[in-house]
Order: sequence, then structure tokens, then C-alpha cells
Amino acid sequence: MLRFIALRLVKAAVILIAIVTLNFFLIHAAPGDPAAVMAGEAGAADQIFLDQLKEQFGLDKPLLTQLGIYLGGVVQLDLGFSYRQQMPVADLILDRLPATLLLTITAFVISLVFGVLAGVLASARVGKWSDTIISTIALLFYATPLYWAALMAVLLFSVELNWLPGFGYETVGGGYTGFARALDIGEHLILPALTLGLFFMAVYMRMTRASMLEVSTLDFVKTARAKGLKPGIIQWRHIFRNAMLPVLTLAGLQAGQLVGGAVLTETVFAWPGIGRLMFDALAQRDYNVLLGVFFVSAAMVLLFNLITDILYRVVDPRIRAS
Amino acid sequence: MLKRLTSLAATLIVATGTAYAAPVDGGRADVVIQPEPPSLMLGLVQNGPTQMVAGNIYESLLRYDEDLEPMPQLAKSWEISDDGLTYTFHLYDNVKWHDGEPFSSADVVFSADVFLRKTHARLRTSLEHVESITAPDANTVVFKLKEPFGPFIGIFEGGTMPIVPKHIYEGTDYKTNPANNHPIGTGPFKFVEWVKGSHILLKKNEDYYIKGLPHLDEIYWHIIPDAASRAVAYETGVVDILPGGSVENFDVSRLANLDNSCITDKGWEFIGPLSWLWLNNREGPTADVRFRQAVMYAMDREFAKNALWNGLGAVAQSPVSSSTRFYTNDVTHYDYNPEKAKELLKEMGYDGTPVRLLPLPYGETWQRWAEAIKQNLEEVGINVEMVATDVAGWNQKISEWDYDLAFTYLYQYGDPALGVARTYISSNIAKGSPWNNVEGYKNPKIDEIFEKAAVAVTKEERQKLYTEAQQILTKDVPVAWLLELGFPTIYRCNVKDLVTTAIGVNDGFRDAYIEK
Repeated sequence: MLRFIALRLVKAAVILIAIVTLNFFLIHAAPGDPAAVMAGEAGAADQIFLDQLKEQFGLDKPLLTQLGIYLGGVVQLDLGFSYRQQMPVADLILDRLPATLLLTITAFVISLVFGVLAGVLASARVGKWSDTIISTIALLFYATPLYWAALMAVLLFSVELNWLPGFGYETVGGGYTGFARALDIGEHLILPALTLGLFFMAVYMRMTRASMLEVSTLDFVKTARAKGLKPGIIQWRHIFRNAMLPVLTLAGLQAGQLVGGAVLTETVFAWPGIGRLMFDALAQRDYNVLLGVFFVSAAMVLLFNLITDILYRVVDPRIRAS
Repeated sequence: MLKRLTSLAATLIVATGTAYAAPVDGGRADVVIQPEPPSLMLGLVQNGPTQMVAGNIYESLLRYDEDLEPMPQLAKSWEISDDGLTYTFHLYDNVKWHDGEPFSSADVVFSADVFLRKTHARLRTSLEHVESITAPDANTVVFKLKEPFGPFIGIFEGGTMPIVPKHIYEGTDYKTNPANNHPIGTGPFKFVEWVKGSHILLKKNEDYYIKGLPHLDEIYWHIIPDAASRAVAYETGVVDILPGGSVENFDVSRLANLDNSCITDKGWEFIGPLSWLWLNNREGPTADVRFRQAVMYAMDREFAKNALWNGLGAVAQSPVSSSTRFYTNDVTHYDYNPEKAKELLKEMGYDGTPVRLLPLPYGETWQRWAEAIKQNLEEVGINVEMVATDVAGWNQKISEWDYDLAFTYLYQYGDPALGVARTYISSNIAKGSPWNNVEGYKNPKIDEIFEKAAVAVTKEERQKLYTEAQQILTKDVPVAWLLELGFPTIYRCNVKDLVTTAIGVNDGFRDAYIEK
């Protein structure tokens, strides 16, 4: 097992460097650079001003030298400096991380727990009206574009009913502390977390249902039934455990993306997370911030892939043996 | 006589009205800021959102009223010598920086002569006319010019010449000075905190040198990235003020019609945003003056004003905005006339060569406007291809002259020498900037007029020269002027005195108050 993990870690490091290099070239291939954007925003620019900015950003050096400098920094876990935001990139990402994690983990938990439960329920009553209702709702959540669902939720719950705040992380200038603050943040969290969670809930539900139905036709389930085991035990101990493998893969993939934030949801709900940081950085060609966010996201995806693979071996002894 | 009486009565009513409505102290303003500014250090960054927030933290020597006449700010009075070469400013003597250090003329000399010369591209150009900046005593600053420079009195505005603290910046690397993240100015509001992605908080400067000001205790600037969410923030009462450009134009009339909602398009007179289409004068159909005139006739600008801009602003009649000094209406006019456009195209023998049109990537309004213009042009037989891009890509394409027609809008800064000449003089043709003579128009006569007009001493002389320039330019159509943009500020009606100067909300919170 240890040898397996060590090998995977070495592979992950190589892949990560390759991703960073690829991202570096992709970003630089996009038209415009941060100096031009900043000069543009100033409403006036002369050559002296542009040259100053380019020199400051290190954009006057050859591209390969810039890549070398960047990779040198990344190896020492230095993600560089954002001249636009006047802060080290690592600090910017860490600043935004709590908000993003709160949103994505809440949405992840909601979607996983309720999605799997609904999937199991639907598969147990396949063809009955409760299955039809659950499946239809899931299809609806799955097919609705996120940004539209978000805007409709804001219109209904904030503008019309005035029940929930429509945007932001907490009440600005509310002066809440302790438990009151937690409640305030919780109130702000409901709409974005549900919006983001509903889509994934639908995905988990559909996958769980399909997977449960597939496993329930296999021979070992027939054997279990023939042995006269209780339906509940067959459902949970035999079918469920086997049906969870594809769901686990999907959950692993989603977990890896948690850190990357949710660009659309964060933008519509003015949620100060990493997705928005990335979106703004893209528009402003803030190279270091973009590369930094990509680096952290890629590292997390690799890490969670590894964790998923380890979990596989725990859940399914056959994989261990092979 | 009757007329005079009526107007007197009106004056009295206004006067009594003012006497009763004494400003109220206290309260907080919740304002939208869009997009999030890159920095609040106004001496380093002068983009729109930075000026809007930091214009309350930093100050300059003067402010300007709606007619662009100078008003006191850090300078309580000033004199200009008869030869137009010496500008003497007398400063308020009880001014303190937000960190408690005293402010003096040395700060002004440092800012104008050292700091901003290095960091402020636009001011640097104006300062080329200056021979020396000196401080004979702690409260006096003297600018001596090499030659008269007509628009000089107009450069002492907060976004153009923000005064920065010498004691903090002298001898440091300006761009990495830690104070950039905690700006220290002399303005009516002090910086308190900036939670990136969420909000910026400014608090009342209790030591402000004008007694009784400001009235508000706090200003919260809300950072909300989505235009629809900004509209919701106003509707649900989270914010009370939407500065120009905060919401999409199609939401403006709906929000302005809510209860207790007021709207104004004032406060942009100094900046004078004028929109136009860059026309590439170098190559393709746009190199032919008849094609460019045909574009002017083909566009239904009145429709764009009413349908896309809620009737705010005005159809541009000249390269000089009507709120800018030396505007004239005595020029060639281009009313909507598709037939005339077709005639001109026929006369030049336009063969249907497609032209590329770049919309401004600033949101829905601009996208729709581009679609409307495309339709206008196609109706007279011009083949148009739209090119989609984002802001960074747009900057690059314009800077490298890779377009045929492209939307833009630029500021005029109150005087043709500051904000108009740069677009048309041939010495300003250089790749690398989207704000110079990007169209590639060359006319020695125009070069000569703008050069003379900038240094002419009397107003009459300058008016004569600028009138001639406007007449030549409207004949040559180097660019296709669209609208003098009217950016609406939407606010709760009980917020008073919000827009009192030609720089609008950028320096408006000094006098603003909330009526109970």
C-alpha cells in the first residue's frame, strides 16, 4: 500500500508540473497582458507607463525565462505576487479559501447525502409513483442552468418574499459577532449552497438509482434473496455497498474541485470565494493569480483522485487483490 | 416685469426651501462599486472605480462646478498672473493627513513634481508645460509655466492631481509602499477596511479642515460582480446609491420608478464621456472619407439614445462634448439619413467588402448597441462582421490597429487640449495604446490648430481655433461620433447634495447627507 501511494505521489508531481507549464503557455497565448489592462483602466497610457508596468511584472523578459522563474517559485511553494492586488498570490487564495470551502462543502454534503438517499429510495420503489416524482424532480434540477436557477431563487426568496438575503457572505456593517455572526452567515449561505447543491444532488440521485438497479439484478443478490435474507439487509449491505463505487468516483472528482470554487454561483451571489477571484483574474489577465488558482485546483484534484483510489481498495477487496 | 417677478418669486421659494433643509449629521451610505478597484492609491491608479472611492480619501487643490469653474478644495484661493504664466495657490492652513501629520505646501510640490511625474501618464503630459513648482511658504504653492497653457487651471482635480503624503512616500518604492494598502489622504473620509470581494469601508474624518463637514458617519462600498444582483441590492434596500454604470441600462427606468427613488445624469461634466466608433483611416473601405461620412448618415443615433440609454445624454454633434469648453454647434451635422449614406457609398464605388466591428465588452448595453449599428449599416448595404472579444483582447486589438470599426468612449477632462486633441493629432499615432490617435488620421492643419490653441492666451483666441478644428474634423469624419453618454446615478431621494460638482459622486460625499 505504501509503495502504491509513493508511486502515485511521484506521478502526481510530474503531472502537476506539466499542468502548470501548459497553463502558463495557454494563459500567455490569450490576447492582452496585465500591463495593457491596467494601463487601459487608467484611461491614459504612454510608452513610459507601459514599460514601467511591464518591467515591474517581469513581462519584459523572454517567455521561457518567465516560465523558469515561475516554476522555480512553485517548487518552493511560492506562487508569486499579484501586482494588481498588491498581495502575494498565496495570501489572496488563503483569504478566499474559507468562503469557498464553506459554500462548496455545504453544497457537497447536501447533494451527496440527499442525492444518495433519494436514489436508494427511488430504486427501492422503481416504477411506482414515488420513483416517478423523485426522478422527475431530479431531471428538473439536472436540466436547469445554474445561473438561471440562482437568479430565480433570488427573485423569489429575496425580492418577492424577503425571506433570505440575495447576495454576499454576511451583512456588511452588521457588526455581528460569535453565534449571531454564524447565524448571519448561515442565512446568506442557504441560497447559494442550495443552488449549487441541487444540480449535484440530481446527478448523485440518478447515478445511485441506476447503479442500485444494475447491481440488484446480479447473481449474488439472487443468492442472498434465496438464502432468505431480509430485504433491508440485502438493500443496504449487499446492493448499496456495491452500487456505491461509481458514486464514489464522482464524489472524488467533485471533492477535488471544491477548492476551485464555483464561478457562476459565486458571481451571481457576490460570494467572495476563489471562483470569483479566478474569474476577475482572467478578465484582468492577472497571470500569477490565475496560475496560482489553477495550481491549487490541480493539486487538489490529484490529491482527491489518490484518496478515491485508496477508498476503492477499502470498499472493494477485488481491486486490492488485483 | 411680470416675468422678472415670477423668477424672483421662484428664487425666494428656493431660498426659503434651502434655509429650512439644514443638513443632518450622521448615518451611513451604502453604495455600489463596480468593478472592484485594483487599488485605492489614487496617485498610482486612476481608473473609474478607484477615483470613485478614493476621491473621498485623497484631494487635490481644486474642485469644479457644473460649468467647470474652479472651486476651492485644498486651495482656499488662487491667482493667475496676467501673462498666464504664474499660478499661485493659497492653501488651507489647518489641514492634517489622516495619520495626524500636518499637511503643507511641501506635500503639493512633492506630489506634482516628484511622485505623479513618475506614476501619472496623463498628468505628465500636462506638466511638460511647467517650468517650476515651488513652495515659498508652508501654505503657498507657485506653478511657473514655460508658455501659457490654456487648460492649466483644469488639471487640479482629484483624479488628475491627487495630493499624496510626502512623509510616507518620499524615498520609497512607490509601487510597493505598504501604505498603498491603507491609503492616507486629507479628504473628508478615512480608509478603514477593504474586505476583498465584499466591501470597502470609509469613516468620517473628524479632523476635516472644513468645520461641519462631512455629514455622513460611514460609507460602505459594496462589491457585487453581477449587474442583476446589483439591481436586486438596490431593490431590497441593501444599497441606497447606484453610481453611473452600476446596472444595465434596461434596468434603469424600472429602478428609478421605485418609491423614494431619484435619478440624475449630472456630475459627469468634467469627465465628459463621449462615445464613438474608431474608423481605421489607414486601409479598407474606412480609409475613404465618403465611406466614413456614409457611416455617420447610416446610424440612427437618436434611436440608440432613446432605446438603449433611456433618453439620457445627447447625440454627439462634434468631437468636443457640449459640456466641454469651446464646444461649437456650427459644424457639419449628420442626421439619420440612410438615402444619403447609400448615395455616398455608390459614389465611392463600395464593392461590399466586409468590415469588422468590435463592440465594447462592457456588458449588455454595448452589445445591443453594436447589434443596432450593425443593422443600421447593413440597411445601407455595408457588410458587417462582428468580432467578439473580452476587455484585454479589445485593448490589444485596438492598440495594434487590428479592426475596421470599433466602439469606444473617452473622457474629455473639460478642455479640448486635455481630452480631444490626443485623438486627432498625428504626433499621437503610435501602436501600443488604445487611447491615442488609434484611427491613424493625419492632417497638418489640425496638428497646427491644436498646437496653437493649447498655448493661446485669451479665451476668444482659443474659441476661434477650436471652432475651426471642429469644423474640419466633422467634414473629415476621422471617427464616427455617437453619443455624449449620460450615466445615471440612481439614489434614494432622501440622500441630499450627493452630486454637487462636475466630478459627481467621485467627490460628492463630502457634502452629502441623509434627510431623516
